[in-house]
Amino acid sequence: MIDARDLTKRYGATLAVDRLSFTVRPGAVTGFLGPNGSGKSTTMRMVMGLDAPDGGQARIGGRPYQQARWPLREAGALLEARAFHPGRTGRSHLRALAAANAVPRSRVEEVLGMVGLESAADRRAGTYSLGMAQRLGIAAALIGDPAVLLFDEPVNGLDPEGVRWIRQLMRRLAAEGRTVFMSSHLISEMAQTADRLIVIGAGRLLADTTVAELSARAGGNLEDAFFALTADTAQYRAATEGGF
Amino acid sequence: MTATALQQTRAAERPGYRLRHAARMEWIKLRSLRSTTWILAAGLVVTIALGTVAGLNTSDPKGDVTSNVLSGVIFGQLLLGVLGVLVMSSEYSSGTIRATLAAIPRRPLVLAGKAVVFGTVALVAGEVATFGSFLAGTAALRSSVPQPSLSDPAVLRAVVLTGAYLALIALIGLGIGAIVRHSAAAVTTLVGGLFVLPLVIGAGSHTVGQFMPELIVGNSLAAVRPVKDFGMSPWLELGIVALYAVVLLGVGRALLVRRDA
Repeated sequence: MIDARDLTKRYGATLAVDRLSFTVRPGAVTGFLGPNGSGKSTTMRMVMGLDAPDGGQARIGGRPYQQARWPLREAGALLEARAFHPGRTGRSHLRALAAANAVPRSRVEEVLGMVGLESAADRRAGTYSLGMAQRLGIAAALIGDPAVLLFDEPVNGLDPEGVRWIRQLMRRLAAEGRTVFMSSHLISEMAQTADRLIVIGAGRLLADTTVAELSARAGGNLEDAFFALTADTAQYRAATEGGF
Repeated sequence: MTATALQQTRAAERPGYRLRHAARMEWIKLRSLRSTTWILAAGLVVTIALGTVAGLNTSDPKGDVTSNVLSGVIFGQLLLGVLGVLVMSSEYSSGTIRATLAAIPRRPLVLAGKAVVFGTVALVAGEVATFGSFLAGTAALRSSVPQPSLSDPAVLRAVVLTGAYLALIALIGLGIGAIVRHSAAAVTTLVGGLFVLPLVIGAGSHTVGQFMPELIVGNSLAAVRPVKDFGMSPWLELGIVALYAVVLLGVGRALLVRRDA
């Protein structure tokens, strides 16, 4: 379970995340939707303890991530496409992380198998395609067999096969009873993958609901419902819709 | 709440990972990069080769032969210092830092793990470099120059302390990497501090030079005969360099804790 209470982050004069509160429950895929720059990544980074909030608190399994006993066994995150050294092999990257949390070495082989990277595991990660890099990032997130998983834009730049693979993986992880929190700006992807939705705009909570309920607001069209919801907060939409 | 329950709560709040876990992670990271091997090898080769050349060129039988054959560390220190910078800054340039901190959210442990592992590796490399320089450099001496011997305590002290100096420069690099985070800017800072600052400040006055690492190593640590204006004991001079490393790592630690990753 992820619990955010009044989470706030300021960058200079800009309020990136504004008293954001929400709960992400286990056993479901919860989508995190919002226009670009709405604070999704910042929120996820605060949940993972990478960025310090200016106010409020985020908890994973009841306590801040920094206080986790074995952090990688509590939560795993894919926050950017490439969070590994290009000169290191995929296997070494995973072994280093496993060693940090006393995760047995056999788990490295297990997650390599889960993401289908066995044959490329001894190649330097800098030579990986985007899809392979994404798979290594997911393997890293899964290394501690955590109950909570965060994925920031996991399907970005993937080919249709990769997108489908990620979708099925998310569903499976949620079916195993894990908390799966996934951001995307692809509404159609959310419609197919997520059960619940947390929608934010300009750092504020706009909706915390189910996919079915939100689409019902616009006669079954999730995209229309999303645009109606975020109309006041999107920074760049006026130019693209009104212009040209 | 019963005492047992209280104990369990406390146990759950204490992190399970320790310095040894952080160190194990850093050890795997360090040896899984080819650049580590290459930079260390280059540092050894350059230091020993220059020491050998210095031995060949030594003609004054009354000069400080030990100091001459150890002069390669002036360049060797640059490679070890740069490697120290990279141990930290490459985490930021590659994005690995996010994975590292997800595994070890107590950030001081991350830097401590790096300092222990990389410091040890650098100490071994430093001693190999100085003992190698001494053996190769003295073997290259012409017959008119008297051979210094490691059984002379002052000579042994010079070789050992100069090797330790290299490890401290490596840690100084690590500290600068933690403070500056960008590889190029951090390397520039390191080179500026090591080579340029002594030229600007230390050239005129040896009194200030006693506090400049590059001048400390040449005039005190590696020297068997006392050099004018370097009146402090070599051990104290090494302590000054160690103090720089401690201060830089301390600042780096504070910034690592405070800044967003």
